This record gives sequence, structure tokens and C-alpha cells, in this order.
Amino acid sequence: MKKALSISRKAGDRYITYLLLIVIFVGVQSFLNSGAASRSFKGLLIPTCAYILAAMALNLVVGVSGELSLGQAGFMCVGAFVGSLFSLLTEATIANPLIRFPLALLLGGVVAGIFGFLIGIPVLRLRGDYLAIVTLAFGEIIKTIFNNLYIASDDTGLRIAFSVDAFNEKPLAGNATYYIKGAQGINGTPQDSTFAICMIVLLIAAVIMLNFMDSKQGRAVMAARDNRIAAEAMGVNVTRAKMTAFVMSAFFGGVAGVLYSHNLNSLIATKFDYNLSILILVFVVLGGMNKMRGVMISTTVLYILPEVLRALKDYRMLIYAIVLIVMMLLTNSKSVRAFAEKVTGALKPKKKNQTGGAE
Amino acid sequence: MALLETKDLSIQFGGLKAVDRLNLSIKKGQLYGLIGPNGAGKTTVFNMLTGVYAPTSGTAVLDGVTLNGKSPVEINKLGVARTFQNIRLFGKMSVLDNVRLGFGNSIHYSLFESFFHIGRYRKAEREATEKAMELLKVFNLDGEKDYLASNLPYGKQRRLEIARAMATGPKLLLLDEPAAGMNPNETADLMDTIRFVRDNFDMTILLIEHDMKLVSGICEELTVLNFGTELAKGPTAEVLNNPRVITAYIGEDD
Repeated sequence: MKKALSISRKAGDRYITYLLLIVIFVGVQSFLNSGAASRSFKGLLIPTCAYILAAMALNLVVGVSGELSLGQAGFMCVGAFVGSLFSLLTEATIANPLIRFPLALLLGGVVAGIFGFLIGIPVLRLRGDYLAIVTLAFGEIIKTIFNNLYIASDDTGLRIAFSVDAFNEKPLAGNATYYIKGAQGINGTPQDSTFAICMIVLLIAAVIMLNFMDSKQGRAVMAARDNRIAAEAMGVNVTRAKMTAFVMSAFFGGVAGVLYSHNLNSLIATKFDYNLSILILVFVVLGGMNKMRGVMISTTVLYILPEVLRALKDYRMLIYAIVLIVMMLLTNSKSVRAFAEKVTGALKPKKKNQTGGAE
Repeated sequence: MALLETKDLSIQFGGLKAVDRLNLSIKKGQLYGLIGPNGAGKTTVFNMLTGVYAPTSGTAVLDGVTLNGKSPVEINKLGVARTFQNIRLFGKMSVLDNVRLGFGNSIHYSLFESFFHIGRYRKAEREATEKAMELLKVFNLDGEKDYLASNLPYGKQRRLEIARAMATGPKLLLLDEPAAGMNPNETADLMDTIRFVRDNFDMTILLIEHDMKLVSGICEELTVLNFGTELAKGPTAEVLNNPRVITAYIGEDD
């Protein structure tokens, strides 16, 4: 007990998040193993995990670093296509998906991270909402590029073109395979994404992000958010701090894209449009900026809700909108917060020996 | 040998000479006051010394290193820390984290080590936390370490700003109206704290203040600014009795 008490409040709060993830994993996995899970339930699991990861990653920019990014779908898109392409190309050489898939995850993340870095160089030096504008454009550009990209292989080797004309002029010779086929997207990605892998990736990502927020680099990011002038006067390199958070966000956005794409037999680039970026932003804002656990919960609820409401047909989006508004009002209402505090306060004496507590 | 020496330090905004040929010479370990009526250019001097504004002409030298042209981050690393007239804390961070942030450049571990809290992270963080708690005790804030900085009462926010500045390990501490908004009791406590910091941390302190009780109580030397120019300087008692200073503050007899 003595050791437990010496754990700081922050660390205790982190362990609650990890525990929550593990409990959900064990619960859902045993439900899956029991065979009682419906097909639509199974179909929702991996996309939900991917969106949770994308939303947590976006939270690093929006909540922790206080900048607005509207391009999370763009990073997912990069990760999805790079990861899928890698898996398609190496399907024969690396037969074991347990080796191939982590490599694909890493590669998709790293390439997305590089894009984040390149965007960050000019934009993060500026003050103001430039990041929102540039990331919005980035998302659209990436979507358009992948929507027009053709990658195929034939006897002459790998061929890349931005229009199908190139293949018409000089047809593919011999044993030809299309990997990315323009607007038809990428087909036949090996289905390496499983719920277990998704949850392991989520847990690792949660450890990295939450640990980061409790480190000198994370404090520098939050200080730059709270007061840029004071942060500089205290020796914080603001551009570097914001860049760290932004590149991390892009990296995990890319990883989320890889998780997502390896669940689909066929993936098209227009999936990663502006609406998706906004959807992820909604998850973050309603989950409570800067609060990773809240973002996990809001993403799960808000992603699954429209699927559950499918039976209501036309009224689906209406109810979804009402739920959004109610959530917004509840999380911002002082009386509701006071009530929640009263409830947790009443529970506290029983929890005396436990560390941490809900924030 | 002076720790901080400015030579004809001036800054001009358009046609306005906000600070005109200021010569300061502050010895190591001194408690030096910069006073003057509102709008005299005192905070502008701080902003030039910390790299927020670039002086139009003149130089500022700290311990033999020229500060001109350096960024706020570089100047902080050279050993100048400051507080702000309008409090600038990291409001959504805890009191402890506000202070621990100040140790950012003196504790060393890589980003990878912070991802998994391994390697040098644990020892460095433990040390930073211990040192931060010591500082918080000095400023009587250790009881509020888990509060969000923005939830502290005003007087404590001012003290936290000084604690945070101290955490960066400065040679020279610039305090911009540390007693503003404090009641007489809080001001008396603050005077003790400032003296304590100077004596126990070997600190050199330059402060801007309007509270004459604080100024006459702790400052050894003063410079009086009026409309950007130096009106008087010298030992505190002498300066405060200078008829020109009195005139600048309360106006002339008709």
C-alpha cells in the first residue's frame, strides 16, 4: 500500500486509462471468442480502434499544443496507402503477417510523420491559425494525389503514373499487377488488422502519449500553448516544442490509417476527405481537449452511435446531431459538473486506498 | 565588476523614444530598483533586456556577454529570468509543473526516454520534482502544488511567477511589479521572500515597483526613469529625497 501511495496523481490517472483499455480488450475479445458477436459488431471494432488512435493523435495538436489542425484525414490517408502498398509488395517475401504488419505500421507512421515535419517547418514558426489553413489544404492535396495515382508492376519493373494515359500509351507488358489504380484505389490489401493487434497498438500509443505529456518535452508543449511569451522567457524553444507534438500527431495518424486500411479489401482515397478530418476533430473537442481518456470514450460513442441508429433510417443523422448538442451542453454545464463532483466526492472515502482518481 | 551593464540603451517606436540612453550598472548580489511614473518605459527596459524587443541603439552586457540580438530563449539560457507585470503563468498546468518547466534546460533526457519513462528520465524527474518542491516551500506554495496555476489567488500567482523564474537558474532576476495588487501583509511577506532569495541563492535582482514601501525597504540602489530618460540614480534614500524625483511623481507646486 505504501508503494501505491507514492505513485503521483498523474501516474495513477494514466494507469486508470491503461486498465480501462486492458479491461475492454479482455471483455471484447472473450465476447468474440464466445462466437456470439454479430457480424456488424465485428465490423465496427477495427475502424473504431483506428479512429480512437487518430483522435488521440489529433488531441496532441489540438488539446496539448493548442493549434488547430484540419488535416488528420490526410495523415491517415498517407499511412493507409503507404502501409497497404508495403504489405502488397512484400506479401510474397515476408509471409508472416506478424512481422509484415508491424513493419507496415511503422512505415506508414514514419512517412506520415515526415509529411507532418515538412508541413511544420514553415507553418509552426508563425503565430495564428495558419496551421488550420495549411493542414486543410494538405488533406485535400493528399486525397487528390492518391485519387489519381497509378502504381503497377510488369516485366519492366515498377511503374508509377499520375494518369491512366501513361499505361495506355505504353501498355503493361507481360505479368502485370496493379497496386494502386487511381480512383479505384488499392485492392487486395492483406487483412492483417485484427482487434488484438489494434488494442496492442492503442495501448502502446496511449503509453507514449500520456508519458510524453508528463515529461519535460510535454510540459514545454503545454507551456507554449498556455502562454507563448512566458514560455520563451523560460527558455522553451516554442517552434521545436510544437513541431514535436505535430510530428507525433502525424505519425500516429499514419499508424491509424494503416490499421484502418488493413481491415478493408478495397480502399479509395476519397474516404479520407475533409468531412473525416472534421469528424475526428469533433471526437476530440467533445471528448475534452487535453484529456486522452475522454477522447477515447467520445470517439467510441460517436463512431458507433450512427451505426446503431441505422435502423432509424432518415432520422439517424437528426438523432446524432441531437446527441452531439446534448453532449456539448452537458460537458460544459456548470451544474452538471458540480453534480459529477458531488458524486465522485461521495465515492471518495471508499476509495481511500486507491491512487489517482477521475479528473 | 558589474553583472549587468547597459550602455546608452535606447529604443524608438516610430517617432517615440520609449527609452533614451539608459545606463545601468548592477553589481552581483545587488537588489536594484527601477522606478518611475506610469509610461516611463520601465517594462520596455525589461523587454529589451530579455530579447522581446531589439534595442535601436546601445548595448546590454551580462557577465561579459552581449545580449543584443539574442532571442528570449538564448537570453534565458545565459542567465536572465523575469516575471511579468500582467501575470503570465501556464494557467492549465499545475503549480508544480509550472516550476518544473523552469528546469527544462537543466535536466537532460531524450524524447525516447520520455515516451517510456525509462533511462535518465526517472532520476532527472525525481531531482527536478525535489528541487521544485524546495522552491515552492521558499515561496510558501508547497500546499498548492497540485492546483491549476490559474486557480491560485492573485498574490500566490505573483509568487509562483517568481518561483518559476528561479527554476531556470538565473544569475539575474527581473521582477516586474512583484507587489502589484498585494495587500500590505502580502507585500511585507514578499519583501522577506525577495531578501531571502537574494541571500540564499546569491541572486542579483532588478525590480520595477510602484510600492514605495517595498522599494525603500529592500532596494539598495535605484534608477528613476521619466519619459524614457534617466532622471536620477544612486543609493535609495538619496534618490527618493531628490526634489526632481518628487516632482516627477507628485507634480510641481503651483
